[in-house]
Amino acid sequence: MAVCVAVIAKENYPLYIRSVPTENELKFHYMVHTSLDVVDEKISAMGKALVDQRELYLGLLYPTEDYKVYGYVTNSRVKFVMVVDSSNTALRDNEIRSMFRKLHSSYTDVMCNPFYNPGDCIQSRAFDSMVTSMMIQVC
Amino acid sequence: MEAAAGGGCGSGPPLLLSEGEQQCYSELFARCAGAAAGGPGSGPPEAARAAPGAATAAAGPVADLFRASQLPAETLHQITELCGAKRVGYFGPTQFYVALKLIAAAQSGLPVRIESIQCELPLPRFMMSKTDGEIRFGNPAELHGTKMQIPYLITEKNTFKRMDDEDKQQETQSPTMSPLASPPSSPPHYQRVPLSHGYSKLRSSTEQMHPAPYDARQPLVQPEGASTGGPGAKPPRHQTSLIRSFSVEREPQDNNSNYPDEPWRITEEQREYYVNQFRSLQPDPSSFISGSVAKNFFTKSKLSIPELSYIWELSDADCDGALTLPEFCAAFHLIVARKNGYPLPEGLPPTLQPEYLQAAFPKPKWECALFDSYSESMPANQQPRDLNRMEKLSIKDMADFPVPIQDVTGDDKQALKNTVDEVLPKDMSEDPATPKDSNSLKARPRSRSYSSTSIEEAMKRGEDPPTPPPRPQKTHSRASSLDLNKVFQPSVPATKSGLLPPPPALPPRPCPSQPEQASEAELHPQLNRAPSQAAESSPTKKDLPYSQPPSKPIRRKFRPENQATENQEPSTTVGGPASVAAAKPHPTVQKQSSKQKKAIQTAIRKNKEANAVLARLNSELQQQLKEVHQERIALENQLEQLRPVTVL
Repeated sequence: MAVCVAVIAKENYPLYIRSVPTENELKFHYMVHTSLDVVDEKISAMGKALVDQRELYLGLLYPTEDYKVYGYVTNSRVKFVMVVDSSNTALRDNEIRSMFRKLHSSYTDVMCNPFYNPGDCIQSRAFDSMVTSMMIQVC
Repeated sequence: MEAAAGGGCGSGPPLLLSEGEQQCYSELFARCAGAAAGGPGSGPPEAARAAPGAATAAAGPVADLFRASQLPAETLHQITELCGAKRVGYFGPTQFYVALKLIAAAQSGLPVRIESIQCELPLPRFMMSKTDGEIRFGNPAELHGTKMQIPYLITEKNTFKRMDDEDKQQETQSPTMSPLASPPSSPPHYQRVPLSHGYSKLRSSTEQMHPAPYDARQPLVQPEGASTGGPGAKPPRHQTSLIRSFSVEREPQDNNSNYPDEPWRITEEQREYYVNQFRSLQPDPSSFISGSVAKNFFTKSKLSIPELSYIWELSDADCDGALTLPEFCAAFHLIVARKNGYPLPEGLPPTLQPEYLQAAFPKPKWECALFDSYSESMPANQQPRDLNRMEKLSIKDMADFPVPIQDVTGDDKQALKNTVDEVLPKDMSEDPATPKDSNSLKARPRSRSYSSTSIEEAMKRGEDPPTPPPRPQKTHSRASSLDLNKVFQPSVPATKSGLLPPPPALPPRPCPSQPEQASEAELHPQLNRAPSQAAESSPTKKDLPYSQPPSKPIRRKFRPENQATENQEPSTTVGGPASVAAAKPHPTVQKQSSKQKKAIQTAIRKNKEANAVLARLNSELQQQLKEVHQERIALENQLEQLRPVTVL
């Protein structure tokens, strides 16, 4: 359902970013980048004491007229950002949450690979296929 | 035979062999053909035998022979193609002779062409050792089905080897070998041939390290379930001991069997080898290998990291960052295949699924229930829960491997499966418990392995740290102090905590200290000189002043931080203690003669000068330190700026 999925590392550089309509990739990259500010704002608003209790799913970060951007942060400050089409009204919050959960579990699988160095771009085919499965549903 | 060979070159130009060549070739051919008694060249052995000019050479021995020529696999493959063996599907005498001639040509440095055989060439040289043998269970039976001729070569080679070596053990290869269907690319197979050959050579030479250690390990294709009747002896044990001594390089082993995905089938020998490698990494076969251990192990295979990463992805079915025995075997096998040129599959082939691997090598000694659970999983069910049990069984199974009953469609297994189906639910109920344990167990090593890997990696890759290194100033309590030694010390704990040594920052650090120490050393003699001069005039009265000024430089040397802090203060403070020290002797001096007073005052003045010099030095060093800090900050900024750019 997503049109763009991005995995951002703790230092705010992208580990993985992929969008489905490939012609407008730059626009999605920019949206993801600007959404990072919102993510940081939400994280910092919790305060350090609440880090443990902070929920991983951040919800709707900000809506534009065409798209909605959702965010999710892991405990290691790795951020998942997902851009979905606004016209897709059937997409409920729970579905977004489940998509993020799938992303998170695929990400941990990538991490489990000893040949993956944390901080590298994610090149796992399994991860790619999982993201594709999430994105293809839209188109 | 010679004549036939000479005239029988069907497709290529006529093959003219010299006397010596004819003799040599026919002898080789006879060996290859004869060894594979009943070997499948094509169709019924009798027919093959009856063919004029001798039977077809069995693929196994031929492959062995070719490998013994020590030509690169690519060349051998070319030769095989050219001589027509692939075309006709067997190594007839003509093909064999042409191939030998081409080998000779290649060994002489000529290009491998049909035309080359027209030249006068020396005899091809083969390094084959005659004492090879055995362990390979050549299982002709396995060649049924869609086996390629070339891979058949490999399996045949096994049989050949065995035969060759132990002529006494004439295995009754079932003559039912039929020509195989067209197969995957031959080069990989061919490459496998060299491997197994190397292995057999190794074996024959009784554990001498094969120069290509990986070669040594080539377990030849073993008929997985093929009931080859004859060779019951399990050389694998012997093999595995050999294999263990080799370094880890993997080579592909072809596999037999009736399954279409031959390259992904693990033979018994391969399996033994994998199991032994597993044991070398992890003594408990039912346990798992952590990610970092496996990573180091697989990195030795010299495959690229992305490929290894992909292989891991394929083989680590439960994605726990650790490899159980079947996962390890699958990964090992994939690496072997990849090294032999096979492209990596899109998904884990069914024959490499952990459950399948567990079940494919059943052990007769298993308890029924376990066996049933295995057989139940044989149809490649996805039952990750059974892994734990399977691992144990597989290990036992591996321990002593009798003739494998590789017939996957074994009726007995299915019968057992049917009867024991009811056992399965019980097993499955146990499974949730065990997987949790295993998962929890695995989770711990996973986290450990991951963390250890990450720490190692982070330490190694300073350019890509999980967290930016903490600035030394944060840990340095006295930011304003010129405490160079202390500045050095915080950098060390900062390194440990930040997991990152800041390489650019450290080197400049020692420099400032040297001048300081050098200057201190200079000052020390100065100060000593000053007191000594004063001492000349008033030996007694100067004791105090002597003691005080000399102690100051000493203190500065040994405890520079304290002195540094004092020195940071304006020189007046430095002069202060000196003056204080000087002031103390004053009352005593007043009691003394004026001469002594003067001497003391001189000493005091000199001390003050020395102090002033030291203070100046301190300020200079402080300045230097600030500059170094700024440099460091600039570098760190640069690094951070650069980092996102490179990642993108």
